[in-house]
Amino acid sequence: MTTSAPPEASSSTVCARLDQVSKLFGSFAALRQVSASLEPGRCYVLLGENGAGKSTLLRILAGLLRPSLGAVKVFGESDPHQARARIGYMSHAPMLYDELTAEENLRYFARLYPGRACPAPADVLRQVGLDPSLPRMVGQYSQGMRQRTSLARVLLPQPELLLLDEPFSNMDVESAGQMVELLAGFRRHNRTIVLTTHQRELAAPIADWVLRLRAGRVAEFAEGNPTL
Amino acid sequence: MMGGALWTHLAKELRIEWRSLDAIVSMLFFSGLVVVLFSIAFDPRGAFSQQIAGGVLCVATMFASVSALNQAWAREIRHQVLDAQRMAPSPGAELYLAKAIANFLFVSIVQVLLAPFFFVFYNLHIAGQAWLLAAVLPLGTWALVANGVFFAALSIRSRNRELLLSLILFPIFIPALLAMVQATTGILTGESEPTLWIKMLAGYDIIFTTASLLLFDVVFHAE
Repeated sequence: MTTSAPPEASSSTVCARLDQVSKLFGSFAALRQVSASLEPGRCYVLLGENGAGKSTLLRILAGLLRPSLGAVKVFGESDPHQARARIGYMSHAPMLYDELTAEENLRYFARLYPGRACPAPADVLRQVGLDPSLPRMVGQYSQGMRQRTSLARVLLPQPELLLLDEPFSNMDVESAGQMVELLAGFRRHNRTIVLTTHQRELAAPIADWVLRLRAGRVAEFAEGNPTL
Repeated sequence: MMGGALWTHLAKELRIEWRSLDAIVSMLFFSGLVVVLFSIAFDPRGAFSQQIAGGVLCVATMFASVSALNQAWAREIRHQVLDAQRMAPSPGAELYLAKAIANFLFVSIVQVLLAPFFFVFYNLHIAGQAWLLAAVLPLGTWALVANGVFFAALSIRSRNRELLLSLILFPIFIPALLAMVQATTGILTGESEPTLWIKMLAGYDIIFTTASLLLFDVVFHAE
């Protein structure tokens, strides 16, 4: 993977703000009164056991879920969905069509962002270490290759806020290291990264802040290294 | 106002179907079976076949379409592609319309391929104005797919979505089915004037397509 030079993101003091956010699914509280401010150009690592609320928090920041209580502001919008063109969200699932090649998938998604200056899909695929001329459909890719293609899809519209749910899963150590290098390049260009992972040591080189969730509550929100 | 994303979605739908032929092949086999089974169940000779042919054609199209419409959003659900589409700033209505147009084309292809067999099996001779079939079949097909794609999207978060689609779609489709059958029978037999039924089909299409376009974003962005 090679680091690219995306345009500088707009600089403001707060990129996203969560104020006493709770999310209920029926009687189950996935998040309880979570408050946090995310600054531009920082990398936030979300830690926690399975079911702690990490993915729910990312989906709320992405505007895919609405909080049951509390308020969320992303890029000054009280509905994050209004700022969705500036947000890149990568989930556990690849969010790609199996029946298209990686380049076809990227070309399709690039056209859904008419206001954004998307780089050429082939260039983004090269950035994540994939060969754009590969004639195989995404359905025939290995898990690791799908993960890279998924990251390429997220990076395509040059988002200012990157929300990555388990980006290193199914990746070998070398590929994960290359992904970290790529993300570090994005962070240097004033872009904010929020990622969840169970592989703390992989996120350590880029982590600025650690937000630890336990049973939907913030157990720790501290500056520093997630391996500590 | 529809923008360029409509053509992007449509090109993607057609490309995927061209590679897999999933919808067209399953619909062709299903509707072919219905036509053959009805021709065995009823004596397909004489005036009686003219009377029932319109109904058989519509029912065959309807059941075959539902098998494809049930899968209309399957690819979007499989790997959460729908979330990626929801994150994009292009309007959801364009995705809906592209899916409806794509399914309309798939069903129309099946109807064209099925037509010769239909005329042979039912020994049909068109007594009315045959060219009116070129209005009735597309209007009836659009009524089915426009509603089908919308209600398939509505039911994607349900565990029993395949059953749910049939339960919602069939009652709502009844006025269009009635108009389609009456118009087709009128054209085949030449005994009644189909114009009123065709107008009713056109009105139905306008109302339900407009409502679906207006409401689709709510369904699309529902949690």
